[in-house]
Amino acid sequence: MKGEGLRKTFVSLALVAPLALFLAVFFAAPLYTMMAAAVSDPVAARALPRTAEAIRAWDGAAAPSAEVQAAFAGDIRNIEDDQLFGDLVRRLNSAKSGFRTLMSKTRSALRDDPATTDLVAIDSRWADPGFWQAIATAAASTVTDRNLLAAVDYERSPAGDIQAMPEGTSANGTTLVRTFVVSLMVTAVCLAIGLPYAMIAASVEGWPRQLLLAAVLLPLWTSLLVRTAAWFILLQDNGLINSALMALGLTSGPLPLIFNRTGVVIAMSHVLLPFMVLPIFSVLIGIPRNLMPAAASLGAHPLRAFREVLLPLSMRGVVSGSLLVFMSALGYYITPALIGGAQDQMISSVIAYYATGAANWGMAGALGLVLLVATIVLYTVYLRLSAEEQARR
Amino acid sequence: MSEAFIRFDKVSKAFGTLTVVDGLDLSIAKGEFVSMLGPSGSGKTTILMMLAGFESPTSGAIRVGGRQVDGLPPYRRNMGVVFQNYALFPHMNVAENVGFPLNMRRVPRAEAGERVRRALDMVQLGALAERKPSQLSGGQQQRVALARALVFEPEVVLMDEPLGALDKKLREQMQLDIRELHRRLGLTIVFVTHDQTEALTMSDRIAVFNHGRIEQIGQPARIYDHPATRFVAEFIGETNFLPGTVTAIGGGHATVDIGNGRSVAVVAGHGVAAGAKVGLSVRPERVRIGAGPARSNIISGTVDDVVYHGDHLQVVLDADGQTLLVKADRAGSPIAIGDRLDVSFAPDECWVVGS
Repeated sequence: MKGEGLRKTFVSLALVAPLALFLAVFFAAPLYTMMAAAVSDPVAARALPRTAEAIRAWDGAAAPSAEVQAAFAGDIRNIEDDQLFGDLVRRLNSAKSGFRTLMSKTRSALRDDPATTDLVAIDSRWADPGFWQAIATAAASTVTDRNLLAAVDYERSPAGDIQAMPEGTSANGTTLVRTFVVSLMVTAVCLAIGLPYAMIAASVEGWPRQLLLAAVLLPLWTSLLVRTAAWFILLQDNGLINSALMALGLTSGPLPLIFNRTGVVIAMSHVLLPFMVLPIFSVLIGIPRNLMPAAASLGAHPLRAFREVLLPLSMRGVVSGSLLVFMSALGYYITPALIGGAQDQMISSVIAYYATGAANWGMAGALGLVLLVATIVLYTVYLRLSAEEQARR
Repeated sequence: MSEAFIRFDKVSKAFGTLTVVDGLDLSIAKGEFVSMLGPSGSGKTTILMMLAGFESPTSGAIRVGGRQVDGLPPYRRNMGVVFQNYALFPHMNVAENVGFPLNMRRVPRAEAGERVRRALDMVQLGALAERKPSQLSGGQQQRVALARALVFEPEVVLMDEPLGALDKKLREQMQLDIRELHRRLGLTIVFVTHDQTEALTMSDRIAVFNHGRIEQIGQPARIYDHPATRFVAEFIGETNFLPGTVTAIGGGHATVDIGNGRSVAVVAGHGVAAGAKVGLSVRPERVRIGAGPARSNIISGTVDDVVYHGDHLQVVLDADGQTLLVKADRAGSPIAIGDRLDVSFAPDECWVVGS
C-alpha cells in the first residue's frame, strides 16, 4: 500500500513537473532576478575591500585619516579590470556627481606615481567629506535601498535619513501617479461603457446577444499592436474621426485626439473593454429574471429597482471587471508609447528606458518592484472584499 | 355578489398572430378569492400579468376600484404579487426583503420595522429575520414572499402558481395557511394555478380557462358537480364522459341513448330537447357497485383493471366498449379482473354537458 501511495505521488509530481519547471524558469527566476537587481549593490564592496574595512571607523565629519586614504589608493591601484572600474565610477557618480572626472584623474595619478598616498594633493576635492561619505555608503553593504527609494523619488541624506529628492531631479513619482491616473480613467471609461453594454447583452437573447458578445470579443483576437496602429490611423488629425466630424460640421478644425491623454484613454479603453464586459455579463445572466418585475410590483420605480436590486447584484462583476482592467492598464506600454505624447508615458516606459536605454537594471528592477507591490496590494484588497461578499451571502 | 372591485372588460391579448386572451369579461368582488385554473397556455398567467401591469392588453379595459389601470406602470398599481419562484432578493436578508415595499413607499424606519415584524410573525418566520433567502427552505422562502406581498397592505394580491415548487405535504399546509390569511385579512386574491385540487380547496370562485377563454366560472362545488363543458368536467377531477342522443323527455327526466341499445335517465333541464346530441358526465365516486336505489341507471360490464389507491379502489369497467371508472369502497366484496359487474347511478347523479 505504501509503495502504491509513493507511486501515485510520483506520478502526480511528474505530471505537474513541466508546469512547475516553466513557472520556475520563466516566472519565478526572472522575478527573483529583477527583485535582486533592485537591491543589489556589490560593486563598491568588491572593488574597494580594504577601504571598506578602514572607513568603517570614520566619523564622517572631515576628510578621513591617512590610513583610510592609503587603503583607498591601494584599492584603486589594484583594480586591473577596466569594466569593474567603470562600474565603480558609475555607481559612485550616481550617488554624487563629480566622481567621473575625479576618479579617472586619481587613477591615472596613482598609476603614474606608485608611491603617493596623498589624495588631496592629486585633487583638492578629496578634502571634501561628501565624496568620502558616498564611498563609505557604497562600500558598507552589498545591498541598497537606493534604487527603491529613487523609484518613488526619495533618497538618503548624507547622514542616512530618508528624504525627498530635490524638486526636478526625478520624475518617477509623477510618472507613477500618472500611471494610476490614466489607469483609473481607463477603468472609469470601461465601466461607463461596459456596464450598460453588459446589461443590454444580458437582457437580449439569441443572435443579438451573440452579436454583442462577438463585437466585444473580436478585439481580443486581434494583436495589440494592430489595434493600436488602427487607432493611430483613426485618431490622427486627418484621420477618419476628425474627417467625419469636420464633414458633419461639428468642428471647424481637427480635434487633438492623438499624442495626448484623450487618445491614450480611448485606445486603452477599447483594448481593455472585454475584461470589463465579460465578468459583468457573466454575473448578470446569473441573476433571476423575475427580480426586476418583483421589485416593480413592490412599488419600486425602475431607477430605484436598478439601484437597489440590479446594481448590488451585479457589483461582484463590476468589482472584478474594474480590477482586471485597472491592473492590466497599470502595465500598459505600447499603446501610450505610440498614441500618447511625452506627458502620457506610463511607468512601464520608464522601466523600459532604464532596462534597455540606460542599462540601469537596478532602477528598472526597483520600479518594477514598486509596480508589482502596488498591484499585489490592490489584488489583496480585492480578495478581501470578495471574501466578505462571499461571507455575506 | 357585491359590486365588482376588479373588472375585465372585453380584454384581449395577442402576441403577434397568437391570441392568448380572447375577449375576457370578468368581475371580481372585494375580498373574494378567485382561482384561475387551466392547462399551460390557456392564458391564465397572461391575465395575471396584465392585472399586475407587466403586460398591457391589446384591446379592452381593466378597472380596479373603479379606476382604469391600463397604462399605469406596475410600481404604481399597489398590488402584491407572489411569483412562481418567489423572486426574493438574494442580497437582502429576510427582514430587508419584507421591508423593501415599505422602503419604496418611504414608510418611516420605526414603523416599517414594526410592520415587518408583524408580517413575519404572521407567517411564523419572526425568528429568521436575519437569514438570507439562500439559507431558507422552499416553504420558508414561499412564506417570506407572501409576507413581502402582504406587508404593504395592497388592494389586491396576485399569486402566480406560488406553490408549484413545493412538495405535496408542504403545499397542502400552505394552501390552508393562505386560505386562513385570506379570511382573516379580508384580502382580494387572484390565484393562478393548473392544480385543480388547489383551486377547489382554496377558492371562493374558480374560473376555468381554455384557449384564452373562460369555459366556466363559479363556486368550486358548482364547477365540480355541474361542469358546463366536457373540458371542464375532465379538467376538474376525474369523470366518465358518455356521449349520446336524447330520445324522449317526460316527467322531469330525459332518456338518453348512449349506444349499444342502452338508455339512461337523467334529470332534464337546461333546454335539453329530444333528438339533441349530448354528453353525460358521471363522477366515478357517484357510480355504485350493485343495483342501487329504485329508478337508478344500471350498466353492466367486465372488470378490466383494479387499482389500489389506499383509501379506495379504482375499478376500470368495460361496458361493451365504453370505459367506466368506478371509485369503489375497499370494504365491499372483493373484485377481480374479469368479473361481470353491475354498476348504477341515479338520474340526478349525472350531468348533461355539451357534447
